[in-house]
Amino acid sequence: MASLAVTAADRRRQWLERFALLGAWAAVIAAFSVALPGSFLSWTNFAVMFSSQAPAALLALALIVPLTAGDYDLSVGATVTLSSMLIGVLNVWHGMPIGWVIAIAFLAAAAVGAVNSVFIVYFRIPSLVVTLGMASLISGIVQWLSNSSTISGISPWLVDVAVGGQLFGITYAFYYALAVAAALWYLFEFTAAGRRLLFVGRGREVARLNGISVAGVRVGALIGSSVIAALSGIVYAGNLGSADPFSGTNFLLPAFAAAFLGATSIIPGRFNSWGTFLAVYFLATGINGLSMLGIPLWVTNVFNGAVLILAVTLSQLVRNREESEVG
Amino acid sequence: MQAALHVANLSKSFGGSRALHNVEITIGHGEIHGVLGQNGCGKSTFVKLLAGFHHPDPGSRIELFGRAVSLPLTADESRRSGLSFVHQNLGLVPSLSVLENLRIAQLTGPGRWHIDWRRERRVAGDVFTRIGVDIDPMARIADLSAVDRALVAIARALESIRAAREHAGVPGLLVLDEPTPFLPHASVQKLFTLLRRIVADGASVILISHDIDEIMQITDRATVLRDGEVAGHFVTAEAGRDAIIEQIIGRRLAAAETDVRPPHPAGRGVAVAALKGESGQEISFDIDAGEILGVTGLAGAGFDRVLHHLFGSVRATGGTLRIGARQIQLSQLTPKAAIEHGIALLPGDRLGAGGVGALPLLDNLCIGTLGSFVRRGVLRRSRMLAHTRRLVAEFDVRPPAPAKPLSQFSGGNAQKAMLAKWLDRQPKLLLLEEPTQGVDVGARGQLWSAIRRAADGGASVLCGSSDHGELASLCDRVLILRQGRIICELGRGELTKEVIAARCYG
Repeated sequence: MASLAVTAADRRRQWLERFALLGAWAAVIAAFSVALPGSFLSWTNFAVMFSSQAPAALLALALIVPLTAGDYDLSVGATVTLSSMLIGVLNVWHGMPIGWVIAIAFLAAAAVGAVNSVFIVYFRIPSLVVTLGMASLISGIVQWLSNSSTISGISPWLVDVAVGGQLFGITYAFYYALAVAAALWYLFEFTAAGRRLLFVGRGREVARLNGISVAGVRVGALIGSSVIAALSGIVYAGNLGSADPFSGTNFLLPAFAAAFLGATSIIPGRFNSWGTFLAVYFLATGINGLSMLGIPLWVTNVFNGAVLILAVTLSQLVRNREESEVG
Repeated sequence: MQAALHVANLSKSFGGSRALHNVEITIGHGEIHGVLGQNGCGKSTFVKLLAGFHHPDPGSRIELFGRAVSLPLTADESRRSGLSFVHQNLGLVPSLSVLENLRIAQLTGPGRWHIDWRRERRVAGDVFTRIGVDIDPMARIADLSAVDRALVAIARALESIRAAREHAGVPGLLVLDEPTPFLPHASVQKLFTLLRRIVADGASVILISHDIDEIMQITDRATVLRDGEVAGHFVTAEAGRDAIIEQIIGRRLAAAETDVRPPHPAGRGVAVAALKGESGQEISFDIDAGEILGVTGLAGAGFDRVLHHLFGSVRATGGTLRIGARQIQLSQLTPKAAIEHGIALLPGDRLGAGGVGALPLLDNLCIGTLGSFVRRGVLRRSRMLAHTRRLVAEFDVRPPAPAKPLSQFSGGNAQKAMLAKWLDRQPKLLLLEEPTQGVDVGARGQLWSAIRRAADGGASVLCGSSDHGELASLCDRVLILRQGRIICELGRGELTKEVIAARCYG
């Protein structure tokens, strides 16, 4: 069996693959540093990017939970909007204490996840369809709640919690995303629940015949993604000190791109939190550099769309290679 | 005589590993030629090379009907040169009609716009009449029996051979890749009748199989592959069964194959009472502790369902299972609860229900007992690895590579691993669905020994199988089902392959 021996070349290739994205990120940074001497490569620029992209990172992390379990959740973008707008409406317009409002935002998101689950798991409707509908449904409700207006003047406490302090020059918001990435890494790699999630995603029947409650795991994943999306919305509201009713949908596409791109690195072939985290900032660096070069706004859409398609293609290639043909 | 197919120096490597090496095969006109060998011997690589899925290594020479061809052939080229394939999965769309599946190439062919359904139906009817098969062209593939599905796939392949014969004047070569494992014995005969008719018309057939008896019965000549090389060619009528087995496995057959177990000690086992499934029939039976009970019947007899009802993976409509002192209502049983009661099921669909092919062996072996690897809230990889290593060594899973995806193991080794996972939990009731289907002779003996050891340890074993030889060698007692009812019970003295077969059909 010649295939048994893992050669040094194999190991080097695997190592390269795991960290290729990190290398690509370094290359992008180098390229923009040359193109934008003096302005791009500054700690301030990166510190701002790290914290402003924290909600995007949280959203991408939210996505990898149901993706690992084999379900899509397209409603997370709308859930971000829902939670940030609930904070705006309840806290600013109705003067409700911020603690209560945050609890309500989380509960509302969990309810969204639960409703998604009912249709996906119990009525067996494809998740793509259910969550696509749910996204539109939530967006409509949010517009109705807020009269489609941006609400500013959110509780200084929340703003303080999100961007009030800094560590190494980066606001707290970034570290919340970092903490969630670490928590998901722990969940995926070091808990029985994480393994169950993986088996449910890769082989429903196998999971069922091994005594795993497939429905329970899927429901958990869908509610989990909504709750993390709510956290993203709350951090977003804190970041801006205001809530706007159209933001979340713009986050969805880059978040998917990051989730799939992340699945090609760190643990190639699987959705993983560090890969996702890295991919979010890789993409953000691209957008950041391009906008500093003064490119028009439409390029952002082209960039995000192209990256999504490329990322899914790449992750597919990586995953298919796992099953090579022998015999 | 000029050969239908002549292959020389055919080699194929994947990365560093050699799947096929200097294979030479000649197939005559009007010949049924068997290719057999253990899983992983290179049979499927051989077919995939012919079918153009892989590029052969340089230096390979192939002549088809006296004309040198360079592989890989495109699907269109191989069709035109009279080469046609029926792969194991048959390549049919279950939700579409027989007609649509049969005529898919013509219906969707280039230059086609309008479809005259009445004409198509007539053509399909003619196709079936010509080969002497009675199948309704308008039936859905999903509603057909396994053998009828295989016949549809073969009919479709024959049509393309017929077209090649008309256009290019070549007699045609049909390649069948393991068409029989899912077919009950009587259906296999139906298939073989068709094969004989095909060669009588001048075409040749390559039959890939791991079933020695089938090869002995239908082929004119055969080639044994072992470790990617030709282990030998033989003329079927002159070859002895034992000699062929020796060629296949490269050593003499382990004694386990014909070993007779001493009578099991009586003890508390399990009792199934009034189990009722879809058929509406009630069945009851006991399995003693230490007993291996076989259950079989023709396809559709419902014997495989019994296993799933007892595991809760297909809900029964009624009945109880007594296991030890506990009484279980089968209509409320779930797989999760079944496992907690000490029941284990080894499903027949190895990579669809048994394990996840894309995930490593380690994860597949540990999935059921994850809790035991957790220390202080952390799933310990070192513990999972130790567990995997232990099972791999104990059950001789090869290669002993915990990180290798399950799909890259041969059928026999994957099955050993899946059985190891369940036996390690020391189940009180072990349910086996076709435990050695698609498994080579060597691994089969090892699987049987492991099952016997489990029974000797006090497990009650229920083995559902359509392999009568397996039932005769492995079981203490066999129940035969027809239309959901137990029609006969065979005890120790009467268990032979022939008796079981006779009772199934009779």
